[in-house]
Amino acid sequence: MTANSTSNTISPARPSARPPARPGTGAWRQWLLLAAGALVLIDLYLIFQYAPTERVMGVVQRLFYFHVPVILTSFLSFVLAAVASLVHLARRSRAWDSVAYASTEVGVVFFTTAILTGAVWARPVWGVWWVWDANGTLTFALWLIFIGCLMTRAYAPDAERGGRWAAVVAVIGAATVPFLYMAADWWSGLHPERVTGPGAQGSLEREMLITLLFSFAAFIVLFVALVAERAALRRDEDAVEELRRAAA
Amino acid sequence: MRAGLRAALAVYAKDVRIEARTRETLGATLAFAFVAAFIFTFAFDPSPRTLAAVGPGIVWVAYIFTAMLGMNRTFLLEVERGTLDGLRLAPAPPEAIYFGKFFGLLTLLIVTEALLAPAFLVLYGLSLLNVWFAAVAAAATVGVAAVGTLLSAIAAHARAREALLPLLFIPLSLPLLIGAVSGTAAALDGEGWSGAGRWLQLILAFDAALIVVSSWAFAFVLEE
Repeated sequence: MTANSTSNTISPARPSARPPARPGTGAWRQWLLLAAGALVLIDLYLIFQYAPTERVMGVVQRLFYFHVPVILTSFLSFVLAAVASLVHLARRSRAWDSVAYASTEVGVVFFTTAILTGAVWARPVWGVWWVWDANGTLTFALWLIFIGCLMTRAYAPDAERGGRWAAVVAVIGAATVPFLYMAADWWSGLHPERVTGPGAQGSLEREMLITLLFSFAAFIVLFVALVAERAALRRDEDAVEELRRAAA
Repeated sequence: MRAGLRAALAVYAKDVRIEARTRETLGATLAFAFVAAFIFTFAFDPSPRTLAAVGPGIVWVAYIFTAMLGMNRTFLLEVERGTLDGLRLAPAPPEAIYFGKFFGLLTLLIVTEALLAPAFLVLYGLSLLNVWFAAVAAAATVGVAAVGTLLSAIAAHARAREALLPLLFIPLSLPLLIGAVSGTAAALDGEGWSGAGRWLQLILAFDAALIVVSSWAFAFVLEE
């Protein structure tokens, strides 16, 4: 453990350096969570009541309002994790490490949801559960990289090294993204089996567009709220760990 | 710069010397590679038509699995015998250690792949004596070694390293795997510049980017 990395946590010698309870500082996170909950409820109403049923695909098309925002939020989580990792490596900041960790963990949930909703939607529409086009391949690889980041932390000898290594994996992962996208795109171009599908549906009805845009907002707010909550929890875990070490 | 180069060469020479005296890693990877190549005989009916379709895949699955075995050992000896601390204390930049280890792994992989190539001819009638295949394989192996050196330094310290290394390596080297399989298929089909050449460019671009990023990130892994 370097002296640098402990500078913004509780110092064992002076437990009063940071007051244990600071009422009010986390209030914005609770408001954000409440807002996310309200937005998701309204979103559910829009998706199942307000938006019209699509003529060709039927009810299953309503998955679109989940799948597309969730997948974009997943990619957002990867960008956030990679940027936070880079800042953590450059500055050795526990705060950025906890953001990277929270973004990875919440991102795994979003990627898993994206993959599951994609499969459930692809099956009735395309007849297969999964299509290895550029987007599918990229989603799957990023999901694996995120799981790898979490496992790197879990198997590291201590939290500090785990955070550093997971940051390295995330940055390397970000570096491979353009090549992976290109390789998967060329490769799937060799197998032109797909002609129709959710990507080929032309213009959206006004109600559909409103629902989609609202869904984007709801899922992004939900993502930010969950990451903020998880990052704060992570910092508390760090503080508890420091106290435990100081007591031992 | 010159001192760094000398340090990298010293690390490389040390690894080659250890391998030349013990032949431990090459023996293990070669034996594993033959088994990996051989198992496909029973995985499907080896008729010429099937082979034309799955041949490049067989070659690269065998190569990638063998590479993972080899990279697992890259830093294992150093950690087990405590010599990594010596490397850390050595008056050499981390990049020099990275490049020394990188060339060590690259040499091991190229030798293993070259020795394994005749096995594909004997077992499956796949002739890999092809300039474009050699170029694609060499370029992809450079990328494998670049990513593998970094990841093996992470995995060597971790618990459950045998599980962690493949989990990290496969998704991060996926562009290489796709490019190598497709490039090999094109090369064996006799599509030179228009087929294999396109994949070769992608692999080389990946190599360049990943060597830069991995050698930069290595310092953060080496640090205690």
